Amino acid sequence: MTEHFEQLKPLVSLRGLTVDFDTGRRYVRALHGVDLDIHRGETLGVVGESGCGKSITWLAATGLLDARARMRGSVKLAGEEILNAPAKRLAKLRGGRIALIFQDPSSALNPVHRIGRQLGEALWLHRGLRGKDARREATRLLERVGISNPAQRLRDYPHELSGGMNQRVMIAMALAGEPELLVADEPTTALDATIQAQILDLLADLRRETGMAMVLISHDLGVVSDICDRVAVMYCGRVIETAPAERLFAAPAHPYSIGLMRALPELDGPRRRLDAIPGTVPPPDALPRGCTFAPRCAFADDACSGALPGLRPVQGGDHRAACLRVEAVRRGALPPEGRVACQTGVHA
Amino acid sequence: MTALLSVRGLKRHYPVRRPGGLFGRPATLKAVDGLDFDIPAGRTLGLVGESGCGKSTTARLVLGLVPPSAGEVRFDGGLVTAKHDAAWRRQRRRMQMVYQDPLGALDRRMPVAEQIGEPIAIHEPGLPAAERAERVAELMAQVGLGASMAQRYPHELSGGQRQRVVIARALALDPALLVCDEPVSALDVSIQAQVLNLLDDLRARTGFAALFISHDLKVVRQMSDRVAVMYLGRIVEEGAPEEVFHAPLHPYTQALVSAIPVPGRRRERIVLEGDPPNPVDVPAGCPFHPRCPVATARCTREVPRLERDAGRAVACHLVTAPAAHAAE
Repeated sequence: MTEHFEQLKPLVSLRGLTVDFDTGRRYVRALHGVDLDIHRGETLGVVGESGCGKSITWLAATGLLDARARMRGSVKLAGEEILNAPAKRLAKLRGGRIALIFQDPSSALNPVHRIGRQLGEALWLHRGLRGKDARREATRLLERVGISNPAQRLRDYPHELSGGMNQRVMIAMALAGEPELLVADEPTTALDATIQAQILDLLADLRRETGMAMVLISHDLGVVSDICDRVAVMYCGRVIETAPAERLFAAPAHPYSIGLMRALPELDGPRRRLDAIPGTVPPPDALPRGCTFAPRCAFADDACSGALPGLRPVQGGDHRAACLRVEAVRRGALPPEGRVACQTGVHA
Repeated sequence: MTALLSVRGLKRHYPVRRPGGLFGRPATLKAVDGLDFDIPAGRTLGLVGESGCGKSTTARLVLGLVPPSAGEVRFDGGLVTAKHDAAWRRQRRRMQMVYQDPLGALDRRMPVAEQIGEPIAIHEPGLPAAERAERVAELMAQVGLGASMAQRYPHELSGGQRQRVVIARALALDPALLVCDEPVSALDVSIQAQVLNLLDDLRARTGFAALFISHDLKVVRQMSDRVAVMYLGRIVEEGAPEEVFHAPLHPYTQALVSAIPVPGRRRERIVLEGDPPNPVDVPAGCPFHPRCPVATARCTREVPRLERDAGRAVACHLVTAPAAHAAE
């Protein structure tokens, strides 16, 4: 898994991925050129608030957006271009080499078919298994995702299982195609804390065992920090910071990433007033000029509203941020009219 | 000192049928199964627990939106009944609610200023319209909504702004108690912090007491003077947030605290087996025993009482009578 060759060649590579939605009168750009690489066996966390494009990136890459969406750029799976590939080709890939699981398992499963039939369909489509073989494999998969009495559960309908169990079934279906990449979009958001812990452990185990790569999309920094190797933070349809997970949480460089972390209440330590990020996320059809975060940013100066910053390396290594004032942010130096006192403690 | 809100032996059971449609056997769903707590004036009690533990039913019982099956709720000394008569309306003026889904809680066809002024129009019908408009403008300023928002409709506002409208409306009559049911769960992180800070400021300014319900331990700690952890309709642990979350005594609280992923730190998790049981089939003995990593024989037979000691309360045989356990 750690052979040199595989280390160099990413499994999935997004370059300049843009998505425009046809609103009837004009196109509104939702994704403004996303570059991301995922290596085999790696877990990439994608965080950001609603509307930042974290889900759209992967729906676009796997061809799941409807006809109103126009995609440009490049998405390569092990060297093969798959963006805007024929529907038949994409249908073969999805559930096969690329599997997806979503937030709400109960609506992703078909309520009128038994679990066994739905798992069987995936096994037939992607592995050519039928009859007794398929049943044996389905039982094994359910057992693998931690469902007790798997043979009996195959005869259950989704409504007979709890939310956590249904998410396990979804994971089993995702595994049915022996995927190289699992895209998990908010897989634990609808689940209770103790069930979330179970599912995160399961995902981490499976990743270790199968060596598949994983993209974990979440609004929850804690969840991402828990099982990801690398993290990309998105804002208004762009990746604004990417770094190894430990590095990002120890020393975030972009004011938005810092703001997200300071806005979270903590469970330990003294209680402090939360540092809210002022304002709201601008709508995609009315983005400000220059850096899209500038109007909410305590560090922004005149240059920020003039030019759009690209991702640039921060202090070497694999850490990159799209901010003109990275140096000032690191020193904690606010411009004279700075509104929010961002503490530099997070850089320790 | 008498508490502003006092809840004693509160139960709410629902008759249901087991799966099997019309032919299913009747059963009882124990949504809330014996709660005791007090909220003094100006203080905040946080209620945490997972879905189905009875948090929201508790909110509805406290406000008299559903009648209790047993027990009582007293607000400022007066019994809260679910009979929606003049006395209840007088109480309801002083106890208000903030809901999770602001869009669902607002009327889509009414400008927001009108909605904020509606409680005033209902409870103080004699007030001249001009004065009411002044009060509404004041409320909007307090919750950080610009005057330009006044004539907008809910769908024209962002999620955070809508929740500000709901809060302004709840505060319109200067309530003594605010019941907040997951007030920030539907909001993004940066907006969540804005709304939590706002609630904190308003509480400091107007001094309302609050019952703050959330599944998010971090949010509850941020907002509460005391917290109560619920499991299957009962309180299993109660105390100051620092004590309960830093040194949890009940095995369920311990698992819940350890299950919270913290950015930048991977910690040892206590992963509980299985799902929370269905509130229709509450296990005998301690309701937590089937998932409890340290349960003993006694836990399967005897329901532990919520024992209070020095401002802390816990319902677990292993904590309250460890000696008796060791002997067994």
